[in-house]
Amino acid sequence: MGHLSIILARVLQAAPTLFGIVVVTFLLTRALPGDPAAYFAGASATPESIAEIRAQLGTDQPLPVQFVRYLKDLAGGNLGQSVSTGQPVADELLRRLPASLELTLSALLLSVSIAIPLGVLAAVRQDSWVDQLCRFVVTAGVSLPTFFTGLLLVYVFYFLLGWAPAPLGRLDMLHITPPPVTGFLVIDSLIAREWSTAWSALKQLLLPSITLALFTLAPIARMTRAAMLQALASEYLRTARAAGLSSSRVLMVYAFRNALLPVVTTLGMVFSFTLGANVLVEKVFAWPGIGSFAIEALVVSDYAAVQGFVLSMAVLFVLLNLVIDTLYTLIDPRVRIEG
Amino acid sequence: MNRRELLKSAGAVAAGAAMLPFLKTNAWAQSAGTAVVLIGNTINSLDIHRPGTNRPSYQVAVNVYDRLVTFGTKKLADGSLSYDYDKVEPELAESWQISSDRKAILFKLKPNATFWDGTPVTAEDVKWSFDRALALGGFPRVQMGAGGFVDPAQFVVVDSKTFRVDLKQPSKLALPNLGVPVAVIINSKVARANATDKDPWATEYLHRTPAGSGAFKVERWEPGQQLVYARNDKWVGGPLPGVQRVIIREVPATATRRAMVERGDAHLSFQIPNKDAQELAAAKKVKVVGSPIDNCLYVACLNYNFEPFKDPKVRQAVAYAIPYEQIFKQAAYGRGVPMWGAKSAKPATAAWPQKFPYDTDLKKAQALLAQTKYKGGFEVPLSYDLGEADWGEPAALLIQESLGKIGIKVTLDKVPGANWRTVALVEKKLPFLLENFGGWLNTADYYFYWAYIKGNLFNASNYDDPAVAKLVEETLHMEKSDKSYDAKIKQLIQKAFDDVPRIPLWQPTLDSAMSPKLQGYEFWFHRQVDARSYKLV
Repeated sequence: MGHLSIILARVLQAAPTLFGIVVVTFLLTRALPGDPAAYFAGASATPESIAEIRAQLGTDQPLPVQFVRYLKDLAGGNLGQSVSTGQPVADELLRRLPASLELTLSALLLSVSIAIPLGVLAAVRQDSWVDQLCRFVVTAGVSLPTFFTGLLLVYVFYFLLGWAPAPLGRLDMLHITPPPVTGFLVIDSLIAREWSTAWSALKQLLLPSITLALFTLAPIARMTRAAMLQALASEYLRTARAAGLSSSRVLMVYAFRNALLPVVTTLGMVFSFTLGANVLVEKVFAWPGIGSFAIEALVVSDYAAVQGFVLSMAVLFVLLNLVIDTLYTLIDPRVRIEG
Repeated sequence: MNRRELLKSAGAVAAGAAMLPFLKTNAWAQSAGTAVVLIGNTINSLDIHRPGTNRPSYQVAVNVYDRLVTFGTKKLADGSLSYDYDKVEPELAESWQISSDRKAILFKLKPNATFWDGTPVTAEDVKWSFDRALALGGFPRVQMGAGGFVDPAQFVVVDSKTFRVDLKQPSKLALPNLGVPVAVIINSKVARANATDKDPWATEYLHRTPAGSGAFKVERWEPGQQLVYARNDKWVGGPLPGVQRVIIREVPATATRRAMVERGDAHLSFQIPNKDAQELAAAKKVKVVGSPIDNCLYVACLNYNFEPFKDPKVRQAVAYAIPYEQIFKQAAYGRGVPMWGAKSAKPATAAWPQKFPYDTDLKKAQALLAQTKYKGGFEVPLSYDLGEADWGEPAALLIQESLGKIGIKVTLDKVPGANWRTVALVEKKLPFLLENFGGWLNTADYYFYWAYIKGNLFNASNYDDPAVAKLVEETLHMEKSDKSYDAKIKQLIQKAFDDVPRIPLWQPTLDSAMSPKLQGYEFWFHRQVDARSYKLV
């Protein structure tokens, strides 16, 4: 089977999953305690004013009616209006998802570029100082909660030393957002040839990415080390060595390539989980990402926003799994044949 | 700066330059005429009348729109500025006349008042805007109703510059209620041009694009990130603001806001936690202003639906068992006005809020409880809003500990966001809870109306007393100068003392930290940023 047909089959498989997610999120949001109408009626509300808001939100209708209306909107590409931010959910997601992606991807890039060499070295030189360092970094990264690392970095690099810019989100106040192309501010401002804006965006990105990278370092480094150890102990490697292949070829081509499979799997998991779970980092750095949007929506029972968030995350996961599966076929030819 | 500090910072600069290339600090904090304000919440709409508009968005109505009237300014004992409820001043109205039967107020609009697009402000615009507040329902209508405005027919256009409000009954709340954020005046020509059949009040348009005459225009709005105000140099509603531009930046983490204001990268961190206020005030690096919030009390409510709390002696026992002093220290961090320990069991004045005649006295509490059928104690959950946990949690824990000593076993119950309003205020089914109502209109009767009348939203205690109901009805619209007013308010306060359905813990303050460069910070009843009085020196 070729790449394309695998991808096609995958997309088709995702359809029922997505529908299931639509149903479950709809029911779950309705099962949340609390009445959004009571919340949005504001201070000094009366029962009548709450009823009015309820009618405007459409939550006075029976559930099946609400669900059919929701499906109709979805079919038309309309995710509804977020009551808490007052913006269409689709706009909100389109604005916030790139912010989260930019942060998560740069953090992952950073952490991969440290974690994989570290893991490989730790496996090759087991119990050496590199291995100890790897162990230390991993333990520290996992045991420090992200908001703590974030606050610590802000305290040291912004408050005490003044090297980092004020933790004010994606851009400082001097610069204006460049015309959106990719949604990634650094890239967009480079495209627009706004060098100083790109520089500013990069600076804003640095501390939060380091914070997240420290956190994601651990699983990747651990997994690389374990997979490498396994590969190094395998018989095919002994054969390769016995055949007199150069040690760098043995290490990089045979051991590393085989060790990569579990690492990519971990990477996918880490990515998806970081994207939704970096709320605390977003809060500390006033980062207008998708996590804080979802949390706020959840707190005020903003149905449309919560549904839109879960749905977009689900779509993203499906896409991500697709990418990872495709990567497998590149790394390991056996997957291609069996698939 | 001493030698050691100098060396330290020089070292830091050298190390910084060597390791990381970015040393440049932001220039805006120094740039003249631009004030940077940090807030913790999100502004979700530029239209206060729109259903779903949250509290932090009310500041847009304040800074961008005008009302007919506003309030004067007074200096408090600590030198800070506050609005003056007793001094109603002109904003868009040049003058007004109250008819002899006090059932109509006739406003003359300022002849030179114009909207941003240059068109004059007319009585038509005033009527359209007030009609809109009633028509869109929800909170705007309720707030308009507080001043006695319930029917569009009460708003009369006399001529293009003269506007009349007719009242169903004379009320002292009518005029001040035209100075609250909801009573904004919108450019009806612009709004109408952008209205549709489905949306006759242009809520979609005004949600994103304000059309007013106020001191600031909205230059940029990036929801979830920032709002930028630019001064309207043709403003006639009051003295021209001292700053040309105000950047309102949303920063959710209080630690980040604190770091920024301490480093001087922001001029004002609006509404900070009590703990930060206490520490920053002690450090003296930045200015901290804590203004007591008028007509607002943090209280513990005892629900009459809960069997033991039906007995007045049980309620009084609880009031004597609350560890007021400790709560004030550990939950309020000393920021606020004590509301316990009055010497006399009778109110000496009609001032509101005032100290209640309860103090921590466990013996008295025990003795009172022993006279009831609950002398063996009972079990009760104490609920608080998770959104108010910064003071609610320490207060609840202290209450739990103290009530345990007289045999009342308290369990703690945290209630999240949306659910809080529903269970605490709408369904009113929590037996024992911490509540924080404050009235915009600063009169005692207004507080009693919302918090002591059966069925009203903030009466979470389900308190119901015919004498109180009658007194509130009599005083709510009565002029404060009326001979019988003070006596009746004293009777109301006496009832609150004796029945204690709500036990006041303290009167909270609104604390903000600011750079010494920022002047003109003023406290307003709406508890939002009013940048019109800010100056940078």
